[in-house]
Amino acid sequence: MENFDLALVDWSRAQFALTAMYHWIFVPLTLGTSFIIAIMMTIYVKTGEEIWKKITKFWLTLFGINFAIGVATGIILEFQFGTNWSNYSWFVGDIFGAPLAIEAILAFFLESTFIAVLFFGWGRVSKKFHLVSAWLVAIGSNLSALWILVANAWMQNPVGMTFNPDTARNEMTDFWEILLSPTAVNKFLHTISSAYTLSAVFVIGISAWFLLKNKRIIFAKKSMVVGAVFGLIGGLFMLMTGDESARQVFKDQPMKFAAMEGLYHGETNAPLVAIGVLQKSPTKQNPKMSDFAFKIEIPNMLSYMAALDANTFVPGINDLVYGNKDQNIESYYDKIVKGKIAVRALRDYKNAKEASDSKPAAEELTLFKKNYQYFGYGYYNDPHNLIPNVPLTFYSFHVMVGLGMHFIILFIIVLFFLFKKDIAKARWLNYIALWTIPLAYIAQQTGWMVAEFGRQPWVVQDLMPTLSAVSNIGHKSVVTTFVMFGIVFTVLLIAEIKIMLSQIVKELNIKED
Amino acid sequence: MEVGKKLWLIIFIKLFIMFAVFRLFFFPNFLNTNFDTDKQRGDHVIEQITNIK
Repeated sequence: MENFDLALVDWSRAQFALTAMYHWIFVPLTLGTSFIIAIMMTIYVKTGEEIWKKITKFWLTLFGINFAIGVATGIILEFQFGTNWSNYSWFVGDIFGAPLAIEAILAFFLESTFIAVLFFGWGRVSKKFHLVSAWLVAIGSNLSALWILVANAWMQNPVGMTFNPDTARNEMTDFWEILLSPTAVNKFLHTISSAYTLSAVFVIGISAWFLLKNKRIIFAKKSMVVGAVFGLIGGLFMLMTGDESARQVFKDQPMKFAAMEGLYHGETNAPLVAIGVLQKSPTKQNPKMSDFAFKIEIPNMLSYMAALDANTFVPGINDLVYGNKDQNIESYYDKIVKGKIAVRALRDYKNAKEASDSKPAAEELTLFKKNYQYFGYGYYNDPHNLIPNVPLTFYSFHVMVGLGMHFIILFIIVLFFLFKKDIAKARWLNYIALWTIPLAYIAQQTGWMVAEFGRQPWVVQDLMPTLSAVSNIGHKSVVTTFVMFGIVFTVLLIAEIKIMLSQIVKELNIKED
Repeated sequence: MEVGKKLWLIIFIKLFIMFAVFRLFFFPNFLNTNFDTDKQRGDHVIEQITNIK
């Protein structure tokens, strides 16, 4: 680790995190509201009721504001790949190239073509073509998300490739294995369903504000019905895919799974910590250890969550670092030794090849291939540096899960009040719905924090740690652009909120027919 | 359509900042800028990722 400029690594990570987190403020709202608008427009086309046209137009305006301000914010991430993360970009280039090219050609083309029809088609194209455009925008924007999530999933669970030691690139051997890997499928489904939940919360929250102001009652209630039904379906799907994702993480990223639960000592019939407070409890063996100052547990639940079997052994952080012979778990110490063999074999293979020594080259290549799966461990001497930030991962995971449950319960209560009571009179519920909007954004961010902080130190699981992925550049230029991005994105966010609020207030003050 | 004009303006300013300022002056492609061939780029990356103690 001493070979690496850690300030550069940290600033590059901070910059990527800043841009990705800002980018993800805009994306989920686009993914979900595009479908909500398509549903509302379908009701309008089916019933011909003018109010549904007004409802569709209003949410379309908010969708448009979010889309316009958010569009291309993700491009910045690609700039960073080329400048700050050139080792990584080269290492994964062929794997990322195909999905991102498909995204650019297919999904973005579909989305951007029909979005123009959707915005400007009122009275200019037939109702049916307009409706088809709305659905194609929704499908196109979600397909855009598919490809980048497939690329992210590959980093968490690299499959369908082989490493070419002559070019230092991973080359795709099976496109379908990459696209249909359980990690990719779960990541895509869980991410889009959580985006649907956020969008539903957004629609319900703003409608609740209309009810609190005692204006546009019918407008708000009809919007809420679509939002709550869509949100409940999306929320249940999110719950299901989240559960499936946990099993995937347990299988492919056991360290992340242990960090999510703050589990240091593995066990069978492992309980799930429902609520817990961590405190630093360094030991001689593990100086970064945290333990619970307080916790409420659900017996057997973690083992069940891991493999649908309460008798499953869930390895803790210490089992992974020090190994566990009884459970056949290889220690990080052993993996580091094998990783160093792989790294040195690659270097020696390259040198032997350049010297045209074919026999040693072949021997080094065999050694490298045998140990390649441990390649990334070779950068470390102390296995404790392979443990992610446990409190951050633990709290992010629990906040995400807690808020996810809150959204589902909210959708059920809102539907109950819409159909069985008068929701306009339930001011407490409307206040909760309104203040759930920021919570939905927090849940999105914490979800990504679990995924990305929890997998550290890996940028490509087991193969490339973050510290070896950065370019050989000075960290001061990264600090400069970090500050510039911070300013630009903050201005964009303020613009989004201001323009949206002005449109919402404008709609609020329209007299209902 | 006052909001439409505002949004177009934001889109153009944003794209200008991103492509004409950030991309051009702050985000050169490191490997493309410093090396001429893929072989040189590959050799550089191998050197970087095998530089351990």
